[in-house]
Amino acid sequence: MEAKPLIARGRSHEGLRDRLGFIGTLFSVTIIVLAVAGIYLFVFSKGLATFFVNQVNVLDFLFGTEWRPTLTEEEGGPKFGVLPFIVGSFIVTFLSAAIAGPIGIGAAIFMTEIAPPWGRKAMQPVIELLVGIPSVVYGFTGLTLLVPFIREHVGGLGFGLLAGVIVLSVMILPTITSISVDALSAVAPEIKAGSYALGATRWQTIWRILMRAGASGFVTAVIFGMARAFGEALAVQMVIGNGKNMPTSLLEPASTITTVITMNMGNTVAGSVENNVLWSLALLLLLMSTVFIFAVRWIGRRGRMMSR
Amino acid sequence: MNAKIIDRVMTVVFYAIALLLIVILFGLIGYILARGVPKLSLTFLTGPPRSLEAGSGIGTPLFNSLYMLFLTMVFTVPIGVGGGIYLAEYARPGRLTDAIRAAIEVLSSLPSIVVGLFGFLVFVYYTGWGYTLMGGALALMLFNLPLMVRTSEEAIRAVPHEQKEASLALGISHWRTITDVLFPSALPGIVTGAILTAGRAFGEAAALIFTSGMSSPPLDFHDWNPLSSASPLNPFRPGETLAVNIWKVNSEGLIPDAKEVAAGASAVLVLSVLLFNVLARFASRYVYRKMTASKS
Repeated sequence: MEAKPLIARGRSHEGLRDRLGFIGTLFSVTIIVLAVAGIYLFVFSKGLATFFVNQVNVLDFLFGTEWRPTLTEEEGGPKFGVLPFIVGSFIVTFLSAAIAGPIGIGAAIFMTEIAPPWGRKAMQPVIELLVGIPSVVYGFTGLTLLVPFIREHVGGLGFGLLAGVIVLSVMILPTITSISVDALSAVAPEIKAGSYALGATRWQTIWRILMRAGASGFVTAVIFGMARAFGEALAVQMVIGNGKNMPTSLLEPASTITTVITMNMGNTVAGSVENNVLWSLALLLLLMSTVFIFAVRWIGRRGRMMSR
Repeated sequence: MNAKIIDRVMTVVFYAIALLLIVILFGLIGYILARGVPKLSLTFLTGPPRSLEAGSGIGTPLFNSLYMLFLTMVFTVPIGVGGGIYLAEYARPGRLTDAIRAAIEVLSSLPSIVVGLFGFLVFVYYTGWGYTLMGGALALMLFNLPLMVRTSEEAIRAVPHEQKEASLALGISHWRTITDVLFPSALPGIVTGAILTAGRAFGEAAALIFTSGMSSPPLDFHDWNPLSSASPLNPFRPGETLAVNIWKVNSEGLIPDAKEVAAGASAVLVLSVLLFNVLARFASRYVYRKMTASKS
């Protein structure tokens, strides 16, 4: 593989080209690595400034329930409690995963096990198309179709966690489906054949064999979906109503970490406490996304070990 | 007997799930097109956006989107293919390669708003450029590089080993082998990857609101000198893209017909995504035919 071509060594011109080409590709990779390092470095340094430079108490920040960044000193000082947003983020993430998970995995099982070959051929592009639809289009549809529907038939203003959950469920559904399809396609056909040979029905095979064989793939799919839901900003912002209080019902306007950043980053002065607090929220978002990413890697490695 | 009945019932359940998925897709696309397509006209597609009164067009945002797409692809494709070549041809198994792969994976799963905030800090604030199309294009590049690198690497790895070995055996240098043997064979896959990347870049908004801004300066569409400040081609001017425009008109709500404008713009976005999908499907087949003597 690593044989050194004789001619390349003989002709210095070719040798130089060879070296330059390698350096060029190394440069490309370096950009990516530097970008990732830079993102972590900058978000950490800006996000931690709130606590080290502006002396905001970490616990007041994480567990405070009042978000009043413009309150003056006489009125009790600005308050930067972000617990309502953290709670909002987790509610929409977990509920949308709870809705889209079973449907997505079910659709994947349908595509690989039940549908006739043409059915899978027809559904594959459908899924790819859904993945490709821009998030603002999901947000706009939610805003003009879902919000009025909830207002008239369920109650409340229409804007709120429920609308956010439904929009996110639809958004992460194709992600979960396509990763689950990959997981199911990787299951060895022998164990399925073995199950059928023992006289098991299709459902018994799906439930007792495929659900176990594909388990790590399904978990990966759902975590990917959750990562996408947790990080989604604009689609959620358009339908969630941007309430500042602790959510008490799914129909009330609420906020998530991403929507608060989206709404306020442009209106605050760089370097001010109000601005640094938003970077602290971005830090929370980054940490949570990192947890999701490494959970996926860890499960992937474990899954591979188990399948051996 | 019982097992068979459960099996039947569950089969029906799975059919229902599949049906639900298809209904959601066609409902979504049908709704957007039904609302948006009647709005599409030449004046709407080419007209300038208005900030307060009704009758906005999407001419400027549409132009910004296309120009931004061009700018970001100019950076993304060479760097992405370079990264793919490195991983497929030069990277040796080990800690360093593991770290590089981890970095790519992390970058591909970061929320786009985090990439946007990083772009805001680096390309808007530290460079002193302010909101620029260039800043937006660079942020989009970061966001899209992982996908481009992965598809390029896969395409290069898919080239039969014998071709590479034959080339090396003829005494051709490694780099020549890459550019003259591996790259042409991998091109169909790379083109598909590039189109998929472009489709993603075209619809992205969260990474752009803090890098390329939410408005455009008055543009003179007769001035095509990229250095002049009123020129549409000036990459160092702010410019909101189509996706950003949809979000902006809805969240600001300053124009009375925001919903109509957003519906038209959404229809354009969805149609573009359809187009990118179709292109990705056919372009690689076309390139393959062009590059080889095969007729398939």
